[in-house]
Amino acid sequence: MSVLRTPGGGRVDRERSLQFNFDGKAYAALQGDTLASGLLANGVHLVGRSFKYHRPRGILSAGAEEPNALVTVNPGAPRDTPNVLATQVELYPGLRAISQHRWPSLQYDVGRVNDALSAFFPAGFYYKTFKWPQRAWKSVYEPAIRRAAGLGRAPATADPDRYAQRYAHCDTLVVGAGPAGIAAALAAADAGARVMLCDEQSEMGGSLLAETMARIDGVPALDWALRALATLAGNPRVTLLTRTTAFGYFPHNLLGLNQRLGDHRADPDPGQPRQRLWMVRARQVVLATGAIERPLVFPGNDRPGILLAGAARTYLNRYGVKVGVRVVVVTATDAAYQTALDLHAAGVAVAAIADVRAQPVGVLPDAVSRAGIEIMPAATVLGTRGDRRVSEISLGRVQGGMVRPAARLACDAVLMSGGYTPSVHLFSQSRGKLVWNESLLAFVPGLSAECERSAGACRGVGDLTAALEDGAAAGLAAAPDPVRGSWRPLPEAGTTGGCGWLGALPQPQTTATDKAFVDWQHDVTTRDLALAAREGFRSIEHVKRYTTTGMATDQGKTSNLNALSIVASGLGVPISQVGLTTFRMPYTPVPFGSFAGTSRGALFDPVRRTPMHHWAQARGAVFENVGLWKRARYFPRAGEDMHAAVARECRAVRSACGIFDATTLGKIEVVGADAVEFMNRLYVNSWTNLAVGRSRYGILLREDGFVYDDGVVARTAADRFHVTTTTGGAPRVLAMMEDYRQTEWPQLKVWLTSTTEQWAVIAVQGPNARRVIAPLVEGIDLGASALPHMAVARGRICGAPLLLFRVSFTGELGYEINVPADFGATVWEAVHAAGQAHGMTVYGTETMHVLRAEKGYIIVGQDTDGTVTPDDAGLSWAIGKSKADFVGKRSLERASMRAPTRKQLVGLRSRDGRTVLDEGAQIAALPGQQPPMQLIGHVTSSYYSAALDHPIALALVAGGRTRLGQTLYVPMPRGEIEVEVTPPVFYDPKGERLNA
Amino acid sequence: MLIIVCPFCGKRPEIEFTYGGQAHITRPERPSELDDQAWAEFLYMRSNTKGIHAERWRHARGCGRFFNALRDTTTDHFVATYRIDEPQPQIEQPAEPVPPP
Repeated sequence: MSVLRTPGGGRVDRERSLQFNFDGKAYAALQGDTLASGLLANGVHLVGRSFKYHRPRGILSAGAEEPNALVTVNPGAPRDTPNVLATQVELYPGLRAISQHRWPSLQYDVGRVNDALSAFFPAGFYYKTFKWPQRAWKSVYEPAIRRAAGLGRAPATADPDRYAQRYAHCDTLVVGAGPAGIAAALAAADAGARVMLCDEQSEMGGSLLAETMARIDGVPALDWALRALATLAGNPRVTLLTRTTAFGYFPHNLLGLNQRLGDHRADPDPGQPRQRLWMVRARQVVLATGAIERPLVFPGNDRPGILLAGAARTYLNRYGVKVGVRVVVVTATDAAYQTALDLHAAGVAVAAIADVRAQPVGVLPDAVSRAGIEIMPAATVLGTRGDRRVSEISLGRVQGGMVRPAARLACDAVLMSGGYTPSVHLFSQSRGKLVWNESLLAFVPGLSAECERSAGACRGVGDLTAALEDGAAAGLAAAPDPVRGSWRPLPEAGTTGGCGWLGALPQPQTTATDKAFVDWQHDVTTRDLALAAREGFRSIEHVKRYTTTGMATDQGKTSNLNALSIVASGLGVPISQVGLTTFRMPYTPVPFGSFAGTSRGALFDPVRRTPMHHWAQARGAVFENVGLWKRARYFPRAGEDMHAAVARECRAVRSACGIFDATTLGKIEVVGADAVEFMNRLYVNSWTNLAVGRSRYGILLREDGFVYDDGVVARTAADRFHVTTTTGGAPRVLAMMEDYRQTEWPQLKVWLTSTTEQWAVIAVQGPNARRVIAPLVEGIDLGASALPHMAVARGRICGAPLLLFRVSFTGELGYEINVPADFGATVWEAVHAAGQAHGMTVYGTETMHVLRAEKGYIIVGQDTDGTVTPDDAGLSWAIGKSKADFVGKRSLERASMRAPTRKQLVGLRSRDGRTVLDEGAQIAALPGQQPPMQLIGHVTSSYYSAALDHPIALALVAGGRTRLGQTLYVPMPRGEIEVEVTPPVFYDPKGERLNA
Repeated sequence: MLIIVCPFCGKRPEIEFTYGGQAHITRPERPSELDDQAWAEFLYMRSNTKGIHAERWRHARGCGRFFNALRDTTTDHFVATYRIDEPQPQIEQPAEPVPPP
């Protein structure tokens, strides 16, 4: 066993040793160790290189605040996880981890040259330097910076694990199972509350897991905690969640918790998810999130071997690991004296306690003196030495405002304590107001925005006795029936003192040579912050973004308050006036897998399929997503690409006939005595004189006058309309209809029902369409005069009830066969079989688009964009001129909506007869312009027309209808394309085929 | 995620609802009689309240009904919900946080 491992005690299992591997080297550790404690037990402090200067970095802390020890676990294996904290990785036999952000190795990193050149890397370096030439940013600077500064690498393979999510409800959620949290949970449970208690660590107990001196209820504090936790575990109304981080606080007391179920096991239970995301709704929340020890800021404070005093005590008492054999303690608090005493008792040489306070007095300093440890008051640190591990510390003494060198001490670890920063992250996320407490040198929770209360060290009550009472009071108050509660703690605990230090330690007037780090993870030094203040940054939010302090993955847990203090003194204002940057979720990183849960792969989004989907799939259709629908885009035959398939499908429809699945069209049934009035008020068209059995192309505007949706609307009875909408527009059209029906015109007797999925729609289009369906249709006279274009009739087809539309979105003679969805597949197959004698070809949405564009039929959302009026689209003929009002009418009367210079829908033909324009391409009136050029419109639809054997396009062009015959120019990277402006209808402008 | 009390269905999670903009704005009876200024007022002008704001919500993935709500824009908390044919309740900003509904 290592000399750094104590002979007994702590929470590690002495009987179960294990092997793990770090950067390719095998080490021994004990069950219960973290990766950090396992490395320290082997004397390994160096675990990473810093972000900017590539300086060697060691383990600074023992918990979630760790800024340095970011590692990748299981590199290249299924659970490859980058950027996890060594202080939070629980060891299991065979665990493999590697350090990050070093090249070629951790011991020798060539990026270290950045440190020597650091005079050239001040705050804002990137903003100031990589500005010219502009195009070099993407190709040269950014890739180089990303390589040099990146953290771990994202795994290259899919995450093989399962993640779960669940909701939970409770009366009282307690976050943090330290002394205050346990006391709160006990008090709330005693009062009958349904309690949830969560803690991020592998074991509950918080600071008590490393406590050796204090006693509660007459027993050692840890024994009390374990007993209390056993009591809670035995209460069926209490849920205990270990390894569970409360990472986010959302409105109405909804907290996000991430529970790690499998990460600490060598052989995870395959029946369990790897992690589980809890969304907990609590009537009351008790935040007992504790406090984070603050580092001291002095030159060379980032060498491996320099760590937080409290962390050293945790490693000693909880994990049985000594962080060194000869340590120097630098402190502004009494708490570090206890660390010194514990280490001394464990046989570690404590060379000195350098106390920055002028006169450290009290129980602990007395005890330290009795133990023969030297106390140096009014001390400061002038610098440290050591290559990849601290080997010496230079101490100074502050006297009469002057700093003088005092001593150089050899050591292999420096333990620092600048005081405690309450963990107010969740409180701040809940939008509670923080207030500055000058005596605590800390922001503490003030006015709450949610039903929550903070207890213990997270609100500055760090003394154990007081924290227990604070927790119990909070827990009782957070129970639904406080009167029932009677539990009180009986602490007789030792105290840990307050005080503390903010900002940089005093230095001699001469500029110190080494850097004093404030933010370890982002390599922000005192000089960077001072520079930002000198350069005129006033707001802490701006300083943060300029220097990047507090912006790393640790979110400034150890650095924010020191940075704030340095900025405040640079600006010459009190800290309370500088304010604090916003705390954002997550408290610590949460894997994307947890947020995604089961919403992955096929379950990522629901899929809507038509009744004919499987038929199309069996025939090799290529599908496209339209909203959530899968639509067949084209049906390629052997050897065909999309262009060839679409050309063949187009020719078939124009020369014989085609069959097309139009089921996805939105359908809304508008029914009632006032259905006509309702439609009149909503759509631009006049519906009063539409006869039963006839349909009309309807246009729906928003109140601002712009086209919102369109579709064929049939009157199927005196009081009934069958309204079709665009595929994607159905939900929003129904929502808009419901809005007007419920809130503006509640007196109208009208009911709205979505029938999109009740009908399967089979479009049969082409000159042979009538011949194909005639033998199948019963009870409808299909003659051209009996059932003219836009007529609608009820009958039967293949034994199914039929609503037959004679409509066309192709410009050919066409029918849309509507049958109940369950009949869709059989009717489709029957029609397709019947069509084979007549040259019937199945076609997809791409062909549908080409055919409709040849006819100048618009697609709302493609040829319109929310700024297009009916007149812009050439559709003013549809407007019911005699109507006094309809939605959008008043807006159409505004002068600017009638301006002749508005963009209008026109056709475009490439002058060269072969270039298919890009959809979205811009259009210029004059040739040969250089940017910035004057542009007068853009291409909205563009295809190759097989029927016409030349490309066609639709475009919105300013004053387009006055430009017919003109030549316009489409500037593209490969040169300018000349186009001729044409009417938007390219094919059969008189509509003779339609009315056949 | 908020809990919203639908006046017809009771407490439901926020994902069942859609937002419908500011409440108590009535479409003019005869829009054609309004001048451009008055029409623009109706169409575009909305208050940007800090504090209690009356707004429309729809229980789109539930009963489908529109209703009105008073929401504190500083906390996101709903203070009251009521049917669209009911007058706006006179409720002040709560002095202390209230538990979720």
